[in-house]
Amino acid sequence: MPQSQPEPAHDAIRFLLDGELVELANVDPTRTVLQYLREDKLRLGSKEGCAEGDCGACTVVVAETAAAGGLRLRAINSCIQFLATLDGKMLFTVESLQKPGGELHPVQQALVDCHGSQCGFCTPGFVMSLFALFKNSAAPERREIDAALAGNLCRCTGYRPIITAAERMYGYAANGATRWLDQPNTCNEEPRDEELQMTARLKEIRRSRALRLDSKGRQFYAPRSLDDLAALVLQFPQAVLLAGGTDVGLWVTKQHRQLETIIYTGQVSALKRIARSASYIEIGAAVTVTDAMPVITDEYPELQEVFERFASPPIRNAATLGGNVSNGSPIGDSMPPLLALGATLVLRKGERNREIPLDEFYLGYQEKALEPGEFVESLRLPKRTSDLQLACYKISKRFDQDISAVCVAIALQLDAGKVTDIRIACGGMAAIPKRAEHCEAALRGQEWSEPAISNVLSELDKDFSPISDMRASDQYRRVVCKNLLLRFHAETSGAVVSVYDYGR
Amino acid sequence: MTMGADKNRRDVPIRGAVGSALPHDSAHLHVSGAALYTDDIAEPRNLLHIALGMSTRPHARIHNLDLSKVLAAAGVVEVLTAEDIPGKNDFGPVIADDPILAPGLVQFVGQPMFAVAADTVEQARRAARLAVIEYEDLDAILDLDEAVAAKSFVLPSEKLQRGDSGAAISAATHSVSGRVRLGGQDQFYLEGQIAMAVPREGGDLYVYSSTQHPGEVQHTVAAALGKQNKDVIVECRRMGGAFGGKESQPAQIACIAALVAARTGRAAKLRLDRDADMIMTGKRHDFVIDYNVGFNDEGEIEGCEFTFASRCGMSADLSGAINDRTMFHSDNAYYLKNITIVSHRCKTNTVSNTAFRGFGGPQGMFAIEYVIDDIAACLGKDPLDVRRRNFYGTTDRNVTPYQQTIEDNIIGEIVDQLERTADYRKRRAELQNYNENSRWLKRGIALTPVKFGISFTATHLNQAGALLHVYTDGTVHLNHGGTEMGQGLFTKVAQVVAEELQIDIDRIKITASDTSKVPNASATAASSGSDLNGKAAQVAARTIKERLIVFAAEHYGVRRDEVRFVNNHVYVGATELTFAELAHQAWFARISLSATGFYRTPKINYNRATFSGRPFYYFAYGAAVSEVVVDVLTGEHRLLRVDVLHDCGQSLNPALDLGQIEGGFIQGAGWLTSEELCWNTDGALTTHAPSTYKIPACSDLPVDFRIAMLESHANREDTIYRSKAVGEPPLMLAISVFHAIRDAVASVGDHKSSPLLQAPATPEAILRAITRMQGGDL
Repeated sequence: MPQSQPEPAHDAIRFLLDGELVELANVDPTRTVLQYLREDKLRLGSKEGCAEGDCGACTVVVAETAAAGGLRLRAINSCIQFLATLDGKMLFTVESLQKPGGELHPVQQALVDCHGSQCGFCTPGFVMSLFALFKNSAAPERREIDAALAGNLCRCTGYRPIITAAERMYGYAANGATRWLDQPNTCNEEPRDEELQMTARLKEIRRSRALRLDSKGRQFYAPRSLDDLAALVLQFPQAVLLAGGTDVGLWVTKQHRQLETIIYTGQVSALKRIARSASYIEIGAAVTVTDAMPVITDEYPELQEVFERFASPPIRNAATLGGNVSNGSPIGDSMPPLLALGATLVLRKGERNREIPLDEFYLGYQEKALEPGEFVESLRLPKRTSDLQLACYKISKRFDQDISAVCVAIALQLDAGKVTDIRIACGGMAAIPKRAEHCEAALRGQEWSEPAISNVLSELDKDFSPISDMRASDQYRRVVCKNLLLRFHAETSGAVVSVYDYGR
Repeated sequence: MTMGADKNRRDVPIRGAVGSALPHDSAHLHVSGAALYTDDIAEPRNLLHIALGMSTRPHARIHNLDLSKVLAAAGVVEVLTAEDIPGKNDFGPVIADDPILAPGLVQFVGQPMFAVAADTVEQARRAARLAVIEYEDLDAILDLDEAVAAKSFVLPSEKLQRGDSGAAISAATHSVSGRVRLGGQDQFYLEGQIAMAVPREGGDLYVYSSTQHPGEVQHTVAAALGKQNKDVIVECRRMGGAFGGKESQPAQIACIAALVAARTGRAAKLRLDRDADMIMTGKRHDFVIDYNVGFNDEGEIEGCEFTFASRCGMSADLSGAINDRTMFHSDNAYYLKNITIVSHRCKTNTVSNTAFRGFGGPQGMFAIEYVIDDIAACLGKDPLDVRRRNFYGTTDRNVTPYQQTIEDNIIGEIVDQLERTADYRKRRAELQNYNENSRWLKRGIALTPVKFGISFTATHLNQAGALLHVYTDGTVHLNHGGTEMGQGLFTKVAQVVAEELQIDIDRIKITASDTSKVPNASATAASSGSDLNGKAAQVAARTIKERLIVFAAEHYGVRRDEVRFVNNHVYVGATELTFAELAHQAWFARISLSATGFYRTPKINYNRATFSGRPFYYFAYGAAVSEVVVDVLTGEHRLLRVDVLHDCGQSLNPALDLGQIEGGFIQGAGWLTSEELCWNTDGALTTHAPSTYKIPACSDLPVDFRIAMLESHANREDTIYRSKAVGEPPLMLAISVFHAIRDAVASVGDHKSSPLLQAPATPEAILRAITRMQGGDL
């Protein structure tokens, strides 16, 4: 075992690349992992296909120590991930997998044998998403494979041979793989020697003090405690608060914006907590969507589809629920269900906390009820009430990894066939994620029947004046929003009214 | 035929023989991340990176282009405009109407006006945004209706006519007419457009270009620089996808890189980011199709008229040949006795559209299939019965509107077999029953055929060259004019050489397309890659083999027919040698071990002026059955099951051909469903990244996907090992997806009328069609 390292310098980042220590000083705060790999390391396997995290050609795998002691591996989009966020973590790229003698990894060999590559440009990204699946699952079925590959686009193969490779890759590891890399499903098993060595090395590079980078006057802060974070945000109210970076990354790669001061929330362990009280589940603002998802769907299984269709695994692995909510995009997917469920936010400014209902948080397009120096600390999701009926529908041109044209979440309480309470929240219908207050009011007290619902659908026209854009026309949004209420009614009556799961 | 000629070879085949399901030659490199694309090639010293300044107006004069801030920006070394081009400011592949950099006039949003070169790509891209530009806006034509009304065309309209369609329609028992809009499609190759130009001594340039057409890039770069073809070499080892989008478009990218390199003396790279790529390079043409058809009680077409208006954009590019192919494929597999096809090639102030897999054919086929569905709805018949009724005959009713006699028609056989294996009739009955009992979800099914003409319609392009060296250790260096974009061309051609020389494919080095090895090659396009380059390589291999036979017979004193090449060995009478030993002996005896091969497609002849002759050497056939379920409340759909039967002749490589069929099908399904190109009222494309432009994702592949190749059907024509071209035809199998959706929508109105469904069938388009069936309006 290597000697324990002294506390790392606060102005240099340290991470493991294939288990080897990399220490980098003077890192540009907005240099992406992909730029580092391609331009500095000449690891040319990872590709830039879109520079926005939508095609997956840049996919790499990041490992961190899991709560159970082993390594947890997650695919991410290196094109929009800032290098500085790798501090204290471990990185694997497509170049990591091949054995020293040149023998291919099971994932790679399966892809070759199943003819899973044609032009090959997307292939390294697929390899890494499949590698993450390989390590996180033992025998995925088609649906799990689809979900794991939702963030990787292939224009040549039509996906069939890649899916076949995903099914067969485990067969290549069957004969007692000796390398940890070649062993499947390790994320769900007790860590063994090689893995324990790596977690030990990760522990060695863990820092206790904040990271602070200064690159030509541009600052990057990665505080570790909530108090430090609060103090920094108060000190630099104009700073960019960086969480998963799946939106901020695009400001740099697409808009070529120069970000002067960045405060990264991803190293604040207190923000990654999930806690439960008698009446709510509290999810820290830096909890990733991937980690929040099972907690939420455990309480509300009806939200499985919307979270399964929330961006893609590499995006969900980086993006945080707090980031999605704080960003407040009118077409973000977490807000409609959270609004319908009456979630609240805990805001923090300096040493002060306050709690506000989510539906009071959005004031206008890109305008939130946040004071300068204030940030979202956590989200409180009410626990399920016994008679709640819930649905969340997302309509888009493509099922996976698309942005909603319309997203409608409905939470309904009935008593003897009458509506005692209903909350309808929509995305894509206004400049903010917004509740349909007129329609809700008109439905309260009504009989829960198709004629009664049809009667009040026109109230939605008072609630929303949607726009036309490349995702849908205003008329389509209006009509579909109404029709989704009819779908919900039909489903509460036992009908199957969605093609999403049809035949799968 | 050579294949199977030697009995011994069958016992111990070489690795990579023709017909074997070998993986792609680069598969190992692909999966390990070691395959080098243009952006991965080792960068020369002092490389400059280029970004482009693009027009924000659809049609305007540039009054003042103030680049002082661009020049002053950090890292900027050079800024070029049209005035800095020493040679010809044009990259038009057919006619000279495509400026490399806009010369004082911009004609679409996104047109490059200047290039900025800097030390890093970020510096170049940031600087490109600093230009201050004064425009004088001119009237812009942004859509097809406007263009047709204004007679705004890039090329003259064309008409193809047989018989008297007007009289036939008037006399027919039934007629229907209508208009349908068919959207375009972005190629969305994963690797964006890129070129790197490296200066060499004496003003020569070496250009790495991601291109399907290195020869054209070479010629265009030379002309732009005021140099000669001999001064420029273009190389391309592989592309990260192309699909037609890298046929004519890369010349512009390479020219700009070359201009910077020539001007600065430094190597220069231009890599478009995804948005720039989608905004400034051409796509599949969108169409407005007007149709009018007369038919009898059986659904047999008596007369048919099409008027096609296609969006060519601001220049002609390849639109002439593309729209010709639309005209040639608006018969698809059907005999149209009386037919009039009018084709308008519209000039609009949008990006100039270009080649995309199918090259206009899909739009023509879409039109006639749409019409057939209308006929079936009108008569209350199963569309399959109407289709079959109108199929070309084999001995009569077998002449196309362009006067080519179809000699290889197998569509009836394919459709009969597929109808059976896909259980079409039974499933249709089940669907009917389902739909009667399902209020919100409706299912639909359709079987559509494909007949696709193989050859460049411009006869002169149907030629290819190859270059083959055999070294003294018996290994082989293979080069030909084709390019590798993922389709597996390099693998297939290497298989041909392996088969001819009877050596393992591992002994053959597949090398980058290179204009200094094979000159004046045609684009790798029109599905012709294997047909042309496979034959050329075969000629080269046979030339060397013949020299070896002559040498061996003489050297060992045996008859020539006693020299046999079998499994890496050569039997010379009773003597057994390895191929390597013979190669070495031949070298020692001063026998040339290098040869070129050349091939031109026989039989084709075609008169463009009269639209008649034999433009196609042969046809490739296929058919597909698709089944979908549609949500009546939202217009969402899911593709449930696909059955395909496709004709690859005698496949050179069944694994690669299967890949083309599957991939082509899904790409076609994307074109007709989720992939929607949107422009705003200012003429700007709003779907220019994968966040807004949705190609199929993994879960869009139907759970039940049954793809089969037609067996025991060698090509009637003497193609390379009797195989058939497979690059483009399968894309059009996906027309069945669109018609399955249309069938589901029709069930909303109990199949009493044919829904007006526009393509792509997005949820909104489908809901609009449903609403109209219900008598409403969305």
